[in-house]
Amino acid sequence: MNESLFINIIIGISIASTPLIFAAIGELLVERSGVLNLGVEGMMIVGALLGFIVQFHTGNPFLAVVAALLGGMAISSIFAFLTQFLLTNQVATGLALTLFGLGFSAFAGRGYTEETIVLIKAVDIPVLSDIPFIGPLLFSMNPLVYLAFLMVYLVWWFLFRTKQGLILRSIGDNHDAAHAIGHNVVRYRFMAILFGGAMAGVGGAFLSLVQVPIWGEDMTAGRGWIALGLVVFASWQPFRIILGAILFGGITVLQLHAQGFDIRISAQYLSMLPYLATIIILVSLRIRLKNKTNRTVPNCLGRIFHSTS
Amino acid sequence: MSKGRFSSILKLSVLSTVLAFTSNVSADPVKAAFVYIGPTGDHGWTYAHDEGVKYAKEKLGDDVIMTTIENVAENSDSERVITSLARKNDIVFTTSFGYMNPTVKVAKRYPDVKFEHATGYMLEDNVSVYSARFYEGRHVIGKIAGRMTESNVIGYIASFPIPEVIRGINSAFLAAKSVNPDVQIKIVWVYSWYDPGKEADAANALIAQGADVLMQHTDSTAAMTVAEEKGIHAFGQASNMREWGPNAQLTGIINDWGPYYADRIAAVRDGTWSSSDTFAGVQQGMVKFAPMNNNMPTDVKNEAMKAIIDLSMGAIHPFTGPINKQDGSPWLAEGETPPNFPDLLTMDFYVEGIDSQYPN
Repeated sequence: MNESLFINIIIGISIASTPLIFAAIGELLVERSGVLNLGVEGMMIVGALLGFIVQFHTGNPFLAVVAALLGGMAISSIFAFLTQFLLTNQVATGLALTLFGLGFSAFAGRGYTEETIVLIKAVDIPVLSDIPFIGPLLFSMNPLVYLAFLMVYLVWWFLFRTKQGLILRSIGDNHDAAHAIGHNVVRYRFMAILFGGAMAGVGGAFLSLVQVPIWGEDMTAGRGWIALGLVVFASWQPFRIILGAILFGGITVLQLHAQGFDIRISAQYLSMLPYLATIIILVSLRIRLKNKTNRTVPNCLGRIFHSTS
Repeated sequence: MSKGRFSSILKLSVLSTVLAFTSNVSADPVKAAFVYIGPTGDHGWTYAHDEGVKYAKEKLGDDVIMTTIENVAENSDSERVITSLARKNDIVFTTSFGYMNPTVKVAKRYPDVKFEHATGYMLEDNVSVYSARFYEGRHVIGKIAGRMTESNVIGYIASFPIPEVIRGINSAFLAAKSVNPDVQIKIVWVYSWYDPGKEADAANALIAQGADVLMQHTDSTAAMTVAEEKGIHAFGQASNMREWGPNAQLTGIINDWGPYYADRIAAVRDGTWSSSDTFAGVQQGMVKFAPMNNNMPTDVKNEAMKAIIDLSMGAIHPFTGPINKQDGSPWLAEGETPPNFPDLLTMDFYVEGIDSQYPN
């Protein structure tokens, strides 16, 4: 295999993984706070549409990304309001959010299916990108790819190195206890959900701003669900999101390349692998949970918090 | 899939309101329904069907009431959608190969309703099948691709290994090979009709592996945008995709379903509809081409135009023997052309010379 092809494959994998990293790291924080938001797909597609629309009208990639971020946040606020104030069932509300996001974006995006935009291009970091092999591999990526990695680090730092992160985790583990010692459970969860929405929005916009310069109804094509699986795969540990996203995204890209080389591994079996891995991890988590050695699954995940005082 | 359900409900309710209004105006319009696999905004397969529907509506005016449902997945969901449409319509068009079994199943329960299934091969008294000889279009673009490639590698983004897609691959390869003996075809299956992200990934993978002309049998414009960005060539699929690849698009195969839809619905109106098996191509105008772009030399353009003329006169057949199957066993003898059934309609093999293994 020659060098440029190798670099090309790595870039392909990074492009396929980045939307998953964004969406999953957002959802990870949400789940760490004890909330299960199944609306990732819906938030992503709204981000994809808004990013596209703003890029189309302004041509300003920064504004486009911000629009996607705000769009994801706005739609997640519906979920936050319903689940945190009206105490609706999180699973049902999340599913409804996905349906709403897909339907809404299909409707609102009708006028944009015939349009095309200028993609957000990769940037060469001066000097560093000139290093042979390593340069094009590490220092000529799309800015949003770097941002995705940065977000993973920031989420880890927030969760494990700040007081607020500790409070958020404690809320996820035992909201009654956290409430009893005076923490505002609803406020923390509301903020976490908004952050999750913002990240999903940017993840979706990556598809329509970096991967393909078109808007297409349903273009997230199930990536929101993969992101949800990824959080479990990562067993709620931020850095494992990167590993999982590379595995999930990488398999897609690698099997396309394998086909081109006529290496015959069944595409269906390959596509199954990440999900199989997720199931195995789920089972092992369950076993560790039984033996009380597990400390990662947020105990209050999906449970409704009803303050009695 | 779930969204398909959502938008179908939305549309049905809107349409039933429309229905209530229009039924007062016209005496007894034909109620025709269409089931789509993707969104009409894909600018490919579904878009082309929807253009056909618009054409038929324009032609028949108040004689017809159209109902269209997008994004119907090819699973049990489709049977439910087809059933609900059969209850309220005189004729139901199901526009994807995967709807074949549910269409036939529902047709048996609703013997008074007419069904039209695209690209399949199961006929019933109240089920017609219709398909276009897209492989004739592939013949033309295959010739262009064979001439235009400098790397001698044509990239082919394929959806699912069904006869229609296999015919396209074989036809394109034979045509390319006829003008360029060194040509090679790299085939990547994405196992989706519509996933812009994955189609773009596939296009990138093929380009990285040396392809400098892309063909696609998927529905979105994603591959065309990649070709444009990478400065290589590609062909529009199902509709003119020039807008997404002004420099990349050489020409495009255009599916023109409009006249067929108008005819069939008119036949229901006139009471002359009977089950039929239509397999029309360039000659009947069901397969058309986007304008030849100026990014190819005149002789290539002329050669393509000649192929189109020959096809429209029925003077050539893209599958003319001698042709062997991939394993070297003979398929067509010298000068022989294949019958529609079973050879063309159930095609499940690559022709000799294609390197890739046949997908299982």
